[in-house]
Amino acid sequence: MMRLGPSLATRWVIGILVGTFFAVPLVSTLLYTLRDPSGGLSFARWAALFDPAASAAIRPIWIGLGNSLVLAVVTVAIVLLLLAPTMILVNLRFPRLKAMFEFVVLLPISIPAIVLVVGLAPIYLQIGRTLGTGTWTLAFAYGITVLPFAFRSIQASIDAADLRTLAEAARSLGASWPTVVVQVLAPNLRQGLLAASLISIAVVLGEFTIASLLNRQVFQTAMVVVQKQDPYAPAIFTLLALLFCFLLLLIIGRAARGTRKAGS
Amino acid sequence: MTLPRTADNVLLAEAGEGTRVQLQGIVKSYSGTRVLHGVDLDIAPGEFVSLLGPSGCGKTTLLRVLAGLENADQGAVLLGGRDVSSVPTNRRDIGMVFQSYSLFPHLRVIDNTAFGLRRRGAGRADAAKRALDALALVGLDAFADRFPHQLSGGQQQRVALARALVTEPKVLLLDEPLSALDAKVRVQLRDEIRRIQLRLGITTVFVTHDQEEALAVSDRIAVMSTGRIEQIGSPEQLYTTPATAGVAAFVGLSSVVSGVAEGDRVMVWGQSLPLQTPADGPVDVYLRPENVYFTSEADAATDALVEESTFLGSMRRTLVRTESGELVRLQHSPRIRPAFGDRVRIAITPEPVAVHPRG
Amino acid sequence: MVAWLGLVPFSAYVVLFLAVPTLLAIGSGFFTKDGSFTWVNVGALADPVVLTTFANSAWLSLLTAVVGAIIGALVCYALLGTNPEGALRSTVDAAAGVLAQFGGVMLAFAFIATIGIQGVLKVFLEETLGIDIYANGTWLYELPGLILPYIYFQVPLMVITFMPALAALKPQWSEANLTLGGTRTSFWLRIGIPVLAPSFLASLLLLFANAFSSYATAAALASQGSQIVPLQIRTALTSETVLGRENLAGALALGMIIVVGVVMALYSLIQRRAARWQS
Repeated sequence: MMRLGPSLATRWVIGILVGTFFAVPLVSTLLYTLRDPSGGLSFARWAALFDPAASAAIRPIWIGLGNSLVLAVVTVAIVLLLLAPTMILVNLRFPRLKAMFEFVVLLPISIPAIVLVVGLAPIYLQIGRTLGTGTWTLAFAYGITVLPFAFRSIQASIDAADLRTLAEAARSLGASWPTVVVQVLAPNLRQGLLAASLISIAVVLGEFTIASLLNRQVFQTAMVVVQKQDPYAPAIFTLLALLFCFLLLLIIGRAARGTRKAGS
Repeated sequence: MTLPRTADNVLLAEAGEGTRVQLQGIVKSYSGTRVLHGVDLDIAPGEFVSLLGPSGCGKTTLLRVLAGLENADQGAVLLGGRDVSSVPTNRRDIGMVFQSYSLFPHLRVIDNTAFGLRRRGAGRADAAKRALDALALVGLDAFADRFPHQLSGGQQQRVALARALVTEPKVLLLDEPLSALDAKVRVQLRDEIRRIQLRLGITTVFVTHDQEEALAVSDRIAVMSTGRIEQIGSPEQLYTTPATAGVAAFVGLSSVVSGVAEGDRVMVWGQSLPLQTPADGPVDVYLRPENVYFTSEADAATDALVEESTFLGSMRRTLVRTESGELVRLQHSPRIRPAFGDRVRIAITPEPVAVHPRG
Repeated sequence: MVAWLGLVPFSAYVVLFLAVPTLLAIGSGFFTKDGSFTWVNVGALADPVVLTTFANSAWLSLLTAVVGAIIGALVCYALLGTNPEGALRSTVDAAAGVLAQFGGVMLAFAFIATIGIQGVLKVFLEETLGIDIYANGTWLYELPGLILPYIYFQVPLMVITFMPALAALKPQWSEANLTLGGTRTSFWLRIGIPVLAPSFLASLLLLFANAFSSYATAAALASQGSQIVPLQIRTALTSETVLGRENLAGALALGMIIVVGVVMALYSLIQRRAARWQS
């Protein structure tokens, strides 16, 4: 296949040029956060995160982060307890609905969040009256936002595991449906469910549009608020969040390769 | 399928003498492992030679070295007496048919076929005419405007063949072109390839792991194993006088039994058989399945137990184990139906047999 | 059948949080505050200010889509032939995945830290090389300032979307090209690029839709102002009447959905055709 690809020199040139373009903002952000108030480099700003005196201004970020984590948990719950079982049901019992299901699930890609939020405003007004204005209710909207990503992960897992055959084999051996789902199907979908959960967490942590326009305090909106007074803390959190998501995806990627090798 | 008349078909009209192909001392290694151990092959102009062997024997590597898609570590490739070892593939003037997927998906059949001509600078109209003639040769001129994904596997391979032939290359190389096709299509297409090859007189090298295929179409077969040519000869030669155990086992499904040779005869199971070449002492004897038969006579035969029997339509193949533990394969009329565990007696027809010294 | 009941929870969820909001968003443009049907809001889409906004969104999306597509395709090309299971690909896949998601406010912060008024790179250029990038105004906080951040997430998205197409190029085509007398260049000209063209176009459309829909980065960089459609929707939502109209947000949402919807429909059409050649 080397015949098809470019020469080593070309690969390096492209790699270095593009790599530089992507590295510059990240490195700059890092250097930015390392700026010492007296000019020079130090970890002063990083340490200030945990300094009680300075952290008053940063408190909104911690609150927002906490809210985002709660939202992430609820969103993952929606994915695991609502989306996944429905997908199993569709794949096993309603295969003819698969095309329509996929269309619906991929709709959020075509419906921008900024459009959705226009219509979510009145709905959340009602929710505010019934379930209260707690931030966690945002998870309902987030579940929709993560649908395309979670769907792809779980569907890939379902296809790879050949759910129908497993279910039929288990049924022919006398298992009841709950047993089939919990003891036979779910363990085989572990990779896809894990990937879907991790991607959902990443998306929730990065969401801004809906939270901002529905006036809720989450990680991203908090950073925007704090940024006006202290531009350094949000920059630090940006780097941390990036690193965190990168590790998440690396783990998902490596784990997926592990199962591919095992299954092949 | 009738081939178009010579006057109408440019390719047939221009068919001439083939090119001599020589491989000399080809050595090739992949990451430390040697896959070709100094292979020599001399192919006469217009000859159809098959490279036959199991997976990993090096036959495809040898073909790719011939094509220039791989470079040999040592050795030379000569086309028409000229050393082309350092000539890149696109200037060797070869035609090649791959196992699958080689048609360009975005071009119509006619444009796929004319591709090589256009690369050599032919004008559109001229290239199209010749491409149409090539497609007529393979019976697909009516499909000229279709796209590859609209064709069946067999049709795609025919287009690939036409594409390879239209430039009138010095040699035609086929890398297991039939392996991905259905059995029936495989038989049809292999006969067609041979027919076209004979009409055009083009030197052809054909790689396959299917011995029946090789036997059916080749002028000569080179049986390969672990990077070496074990034997090269006509189909009949390989079938009746295999040079090694490997060849005997691979070509024709021989069984191996023990015997004692003396001069021009050999004793097997109390039976005296003529030898192809004289030998002496204990030998391995190669028996063709069609030369072993069931008998009820008491002498010049041996007892055996049936292990398995397979029905193949026009014949049956049965595997039996003799008292001395030898596995013997018989090919016989389907009217005889041995069952697992049956006790039988088998004997050998007095045809000259091939032997090799034991030990 | 009991099985049908199993589909109810999910269906209800999707109806309530996807279908209804979308219909409300699009539909609200057709009604006044008191609920009577009107064409006034939708008519606002013809207002020069609004048209300019759509034009801005369009050229910004097109520019960043094209640049992102080309750079992304080059990255895919540089990865061609590398081991799909190897460390290089895993890292690039993960990096692309993260950076494609990296949009939003965090991207804005990173660029502020880089080329903002106190940005590291801007200061470096000024003090070390004497180049003042803001000689003609601080463009980072205006429309042109969005170009670089958008490219930053467009390129990874392109890599993710286009890599499968490039990987589907069969080595047999390259070898067949050689045996037929072609060269490396002629391969790309006559086979590689024509075969990849539909996938490239499809990915380009996806990038366009992605940029057009993007809100957070612009919102973080331009705290006021509404030069692109998403920002205009923000303005319409946060103030009672804009341009003298009440439910302008709905009308804008309608306009946006039409644009993105058409682009995505084209995308899936072309993608399906391209997939035929990839099998």
